[in-house]
Amino acid sequence: MRGTVSFMVGGLFGMGLLVSGMTDTTKVQGWLDVFGAWDPTLAFVLGGAVLPMALAWRIAARRDAAYLGASFPAKLDPKITPQLAIGSTLFGVGWGLSGLCPGPAMASLGFGGWPSLVFFTGMACAMIAQPHVTRSLQRAR
Amino acid sequence: MPLDWIYGLIGGIMIGGAASAYLLLNGKIMGASGLLGGVLDGSHAGTSRRDALFFLAGLIGVPFVWHLLRGAPETQLTTNVFVLILAGLCVGFGTRLANGCTSGHGVCGISRLSPRGIVATLFYLSAGAMTVLLARHGLGVI
Repeated sequence: MRGTVSFMVGGLFGMGLLVSGMTDTTKVQGWLDVFGAWDPTLAFVLGGAVLPMALAWRIAARRDAAYLGASFPAKLDPKITPQLAIGSTLFGVGWGLSGLCPGPAMASLGFGGWPSLVFFTGMACAMIAQPHVTRSLQRAR
Repeated sequence: MPLDWIYGLIGGIMIGGAASAYLLLNGKIMGASGLLGGVLDGSHAGTSRRDALFFLAGLIGVPFVWHLLRGAPETQLTTNVFVLILAGLCVGFGTRLANGCTSGHGVCGISRLSPRGIVATLFYLSAGAMTVLLARHGLGVI
């Protein structure tokens, strides 16, 4: 049952990204192009996604466990770390350059051709390397 | 297109619906970078790993099947290999270091009024806007 839910959640997420236009990199870069031909679509996507999710968090707060029995994610961690700021900045640079974030990068993997594969390979390699790189940087300090 | 915002809103509600179902049924946060990264670096174990693998199969497989039936949607991704690799590396490294991306920090974090989610979103939005400004209007590479 959990597996079926996970598959359907992934599929619905992917189709939502397609419908909203988030796999179209010109729309995403258009949203980030504040000083050029600004495209406001992403605001509607984020707004549309946050509303049902805000409701879901309220329902979750009134329950002890998820409907299939697992416990809910741990309480909010309020710590703002340098890693959060540096990582998000780096992510923003890559997002702006390509117009892809991890969700749409995977949703368009099946039809985006070789550029999509090249981007995904770079992203996957960096994800695997990140913990090792961070650790050796910390040791070097 | 004048109808773009309606599609944006409908697609957004689908994304939020997916994240809600993942939280309420499986008790997990739907974060694309965390689910992929955990599978790749082996930090997910047992049920989490299984959940993540099924999630990734749906996320990649359903749009793939859709494109076979209805044709490929617009992507417009650059064909500049240097830009593709650099961008991929930044997105992969950055989202793992920050522990989240647009879905985890953005959708799931903002809706919970998480300070970390809101701060992360401010950082990647401003970095993205600065990058487009420099790379498009300054260097002209995108």
